Amino acid sequence: MESQTLYPHPLSAPVTGGERPQSAARRVTSPTTESALVRRVLIGVALGYFAALVLVPLVAVFVEALKKGFEFYVESLREPDALEAIRLTLTMALIAVPVNLVFGVAAAWAIAKFEFRGKSLLVSFIDLPFAVSPVIAGLVYVLMFGLQGWLGPWLAAHGIKIIFALPGLALATLFVTVPYIARELIPLMEAQGTDEEEAALVLGASGWQTFFRVTLPNIKWALVYGAILCNARAMGEFGAVSVVSGHIRGATNTMPLHVEILYNEYNFAAAFAVASLLALLAIVTLVLKSVVERRAHGAHAR
Amino acid sequence: MAHALRRPSVLPGFNLALGFTLVYISMIVLVPLAAVVVKTTALTLSQFWDTVTSPRVMASYRLTFGASLIAALLNTVFGLALAWVLERYEFAGKRVVDALVDLPFALPTAVAGIALTAIYAGNGWIGQFLEPLGVKVAYTPVGVLIALVFIGLPFVVRTVQPVLHDFEAELEEAAATLGANRWHVFVRVILPALAPALLTGFTLAFARAVGEYGSVIFIAGNVPMVSEITPLIIVTKLEQFDYAGATAVASVMLLVSFALILAINGLQSWNRRRYTRTH
Repeated sequence: MESQTLYPHPLSAPVTGGERPQSAARRVTSPTTESALVRRVLIGVALGYFAALVLVPLVAVFVEALKKGFEFYVESLREPDALEAIRLTLTMALIAVPVNLVFGVAAAWAIAKFEFRGKSLLVSFIDLPFAVSPVIAGLVYVLMFGLQGWLGPWLAAHGIKIIFALPGLALATLFVTVPYIARELIPLMEAQGTDEEEAALVLGASGWQTFFRVTLPNIKWALVYGAILCNARAMGEFGAVSVVSGHIRGATNTMPLHVEILYNEYNFAAAFAVASLLALLAIVTLVLKSVVERRAHGAHAR
Repeated sequence: MAHALRRPSVLPGFNLALGFTLVYISMIVLVPLAAVVVKTTALTLSQFWDTVTSPRVMASYRLTFGASLIAALLNTVFGLALAWVLERYEFAGKRVVDALVDLPFALPTAVAGIALTAIYAGNGWIGQFLEPLGVKVAYTPVGVLIALVFIGLPFVVRTVQPVLHDFEAELEEAAATLGANRWHVFVRVILPALAPALLTGFTLAFARAVGEYGSVIFIAGNVPMVSEITPLIIVTKLEQFDYAGATAVASVMLLVSFALILAINGLQSWNRRRYTRTH
C-alpha cells in the first residue's frame, strides 16, 4: 500500500517489481534496485525462512487438531477440565487487562508529561519483565508466598492460599504483562506533548476533564493496541504460570498448561485441539492489531 | 519535596500518577525480584559458587547462551532479508506475511513448542526430509535452536523495517551516480545506516531467547548435559524443593537480564539519535 512509489524519481524505474512493461525486449535495471534474479532469490529465501518457521507450524496446529475428526475435536474442547481451563484463562485476561490499563495510563502520564529525576531508571524497571525469564517471574512469587517463602508460614496459618491458587496465577500474569500498555503509551504521549492539556486547563477544565476530554481521545488507539497485546500475553503465558500453578487439573490449569498436560499424556489430538483455540486467539490478535494500526494511522494523518 | 526533583508544570496529577506507578511496580516487580537477591544470601559464597558452576548448570549455560546467540545471528541475517523484501518488493500475499511476522509474539509459547515439535520430529512434515540428511532436530540441541529462532524472528524485522521505509533514496542515487554498483551501495551506504537497528533487533532477540522456556521444553528432549536449558534447571530445582539452588541459578540469569536491559536501552537511544539525525 504505502510502498508503491517509494522513490518517485525520473531516473529510477519503479522500485517495486511485478508489473513491468512486457514489450520491452531488454529490461533496464534501475541503479537503485536489484536485478530481477536477485529480487527473486531474496524473496524466495525470505519467504522460505518465514514459511518453515511460522506458516507451517501454524497450519500444523489445525491439521493435528482435526486428525481424529471434528467430533473428537469438539469433545476435547467440551470436557470439564478443558472448559475450566478456558474459564481460568479468560479470568487471567479479565484481571491483567484492566489493571494494566490503569497502570499504563498512570505510568505514561507521569513519564511522558513530566520531567523528573530518575525517569529513565523507572522506564527500565517497566521494561524489566520483557528481559526477565518467565520462569523467574513465577519463582519470585514462590519465594515470597510459597511455604518456604517470606510470607508463606503466616499465610498458611491464616488459611490464605496464593501459590498453587488463583492469586498466584494472577500475580505471575501481572508480572509478565507490566510493559505492554505502558510501553505503547509512553512514546505516543511524549510525542503529543502537553500543549493541548495546557490549553484545556487554561480554558478552565479540571484535571480529570482534561484527561477524559483531551488526553484520552488522543491515546485511544494506542490504548486499544496495548490492550490487545496485553490480552494475548495474559491468555498465552506459560512459563510464569507453570511455576506457580501446581498443575491441579480443573482448578489451577490455564489453557496453555492444559495443553502441556494433554501433550505429556500422549493425547496429541486433544492437546492440539486446545492449542488451536489459542492459535485462533493469536490470529484474531494479529488481525485486530493491523486494523488498529490502520485506524491509528488514519487518525494520525487527519 | 517532589517539586525539587522535577521541572515545574501546570499539568495536575503528577504525584498521584507517579505514586501509583511506583507502588505498583514495586509490588509486582521490584520487591519480588529483591526476594531472589535476599534468598541467595542464605547461601555461603562457596555454596553459591558450587551451585552456579556445577557441570550440569554450566552445560545449560553453554546451550542457552550459545543457541540464543546463533538464533539471534540467524534472525539478524534472515530478518534483514525479510524486512527488505517486505519494504521494497511486491509479491502475492505480502500483507498477510507482513501481519504474520508478529505471530511469534502472539502465539502462546506452549502452542509454538508442540507445533514445532510435530513438524520437526523424525516423521514430521519437515523433519522427514531432514532425517535422511542426518539432521535430527527434535529432542536435540538443534531443536532448541529452532524454537529460539522462532520466538526471535519478529525483532530484527520490526526494528529494521521503519528505518528502511524512511531511508532516503537520494543517498542511494548519489552513490549510484558516483559509480557504485548495487552491492557497494548496500554494503557502504545502506548497511551502515541500518546498523543501529540491526544491533537493537539482535540484542532484543537474544534477550528474549535467553529466558525462553515454553517453546523450548517440548522440542528439546531435556536431556541433562545435552539439551537442558537454564530456565528448565530452575524449574527442576524448584520441583525438587531446592529453593536455594533454584534461586542461585535464577540470580545469575537475572544479572544477565539486567545487563541486557541496559544494553538495549543504550542501543535504542543510539538508534533514535541516528534515526532523527538523518531527518
